[in-house]
Amino acid sequence: MKILVTVKRVVDFNVKIRVKADNSGIELANIKMSMNPFDEIAVEEAVRLKEKNIAKEIVVVTLGVAQCQETLRTALAMGADRAIHVQTDLELQPLAVAKALKAIIDKEKPDLVIMGKQAIDDDCNQTGQMLAALLGWPQGTFASKVEPETDKLQITREVDGGLETIELKLPAVVTTDLRLNEPRYASLPNIMKAKKKPIETLTPEQLGVNLTPRLKTIKVTEPPKRKGGIKVSDVAMLVDKLRNEAKVI
Amino acid sequence: MPTLIVAEHDHKNLKPSTLHVVAAAKAVGQPTTILVAGFNCSEAVKAATSIVGIEKVLHADDAAYEHFLAENMAALVVKLAKEFSHVMTPATRIGKNFMPRVAALLDVAQISDVIAIESADTFQRPIYAGNAIATVQSKDAIKVITVRATVFDKAPATGGNATVTKIDGTGDSGLTKFIGQELSKSERPELTAARIIVSGGRALGSGENFKLLEALADKLNAAIGASRAAVDAGYVPNDYQVGQTGKIVAPDLYIAIGISGAIQHLAGMKDSKVIVAINKDPDAPIFQIADYGLVGDLFQIVPALTAAL
Repeated sequence: MKILVTVKRVVDFNVKIRVKADNSGIELANIKMSMNPFDEIAVEEAVRLKEKNIAKEIVVVTLGVAQCQETLRTALAMGADRAIHVQTDLELQPLAVAKALKAIIDKEKPDLVIMGKQAIDDDCNQTGQMLAALLGWPQGTFASKVEPETDKLQITREVDGGLETIELKLPAVVTTDLRLNEPRYASLPNIMKAKKKPIETLTPEQLGVNLTPRLKTIKVTEPPKRKGGIKVSDVAMLVDKLRNEAKVI
Repeated sequence: MPTLIVAEHDHKNLKPSTLHVVAAAKAVGQPTTILVAGFNCSEAVKAATSIVGIEKVLHADDAAYEHFLAENMAALVVKLAKEFSHVMTPATRIGKNFMPRVAALLDVAQISDVIAIESADTFQRPIYAGNAIATVQSKDAIKVITVRATVFDKAPATGGNATVTKIDGTGDSGLTKFIGQELSKSERPELTAARIIVSGGRALGSGENFKLLEALADKLNAAIGASRAAVDAGYVPNDYQVGQTGKIVAPDLYIAIGISGAIQHLAGMKDSKVIVAINKDPDAPIFQIADYGLVGDLFQIVPALTAAL
């Protein structure tokens, strides 16, 4: 089985973001960037399938600025075999990314695509579903368990009421949820080895896709701040406040 | 052009999130049609006819919609969408699953998790786990929108008188097959619909200790939630999780017990009307947003609170 995994370079999840003073976006200068955590889970799952001899080759793909190559190197150090970088400085939105990925997939013909369920920057939760739609493939979103068989795949999904199991015909798109696995840290020897693995760089023009954003961001603002309240000294005071001040019980 | 809402339901009853979306659609200010796609779902269709603000109900009844598989739902919605300028559904796991598929097939952007409708083409949505709010404008012919239900009021469930049109389904894609589900059974109110939520974190120490929370929740007729840390530690199932990647809730009263207040948890509950925090660490971030904070040992405080109610 050939697996294609997608990764996105995002603001590290530990960074407390700041809105730009002119409300045009988020302050990104000198901010630590990392691989989107859900994409780490996607890479890890692909590597595990390779370690079980289910996957033969793992191709990792990203779109974005030149520095996204660092994110690809991380995926290669975790165990992906080769990488494709669609280099662009444009603002990337899910539909455009899905179209570019489709163009790559038409050429690469993977049996399975594994993606993070959402990126922690724009929180869209769309690209995997959109890609599956454009390809006419089945989708298994929010996966907490992935069990491939010869020409199909059983996945367990995290749904609102608990868990759901569905079967997908291959080829298919799967998006990862938190509890699918715990991603490994790349070892130093693997980081060194990853430097020699190939990264192919493409332009959107070479793929024949138009990445122009569809949504216009008018402004980005801070959310309304919630004011802290008071500390109460004991249970009796808490009950009194809830009954007589907040009137919620 | 009118607005189409895709109802979320369990074939018998509408989910409360559907009523919130109807209220959100009112802000677009157009006649509103609701699609009830299900299997043997005439009870849910009947419920939809009496929602205030709905003019028409489209009823698609087919085994293909029994489990709301994304491929089947999307094909149906795409077929209907051309008659509408807006297509809206709750940003629940079901809506998040099929709606981007609809948008891609229509070749339009999706606007996810909308929290405010400024005009027919301009919307607010949270980014970076709710640490920033983006105002976005869509020039696409059809606006495909998932709505964060909790921030909108509920449309009245009774008083309306919509007409029903039975429509043909688009059949089964044959791409995916439903195998089974393990749903948590509970007598308690649903997390996203509860007026009061009692939520526990890693400090509970075990699944067994969540019984303390159950006793308190019983007194308050509350739902039980949990932080991601408590779910990851295996104390409670995944569907208890409140937070950016779990459920987004906004009850009248949220009692956070042994929850430190990680950003991703706060993103899921900070719109609650009143927040109570019980934690032994006086510096826990949860106290910065709590209306009432009580510092101390939860294993003493929670039973005392239960007894005092």
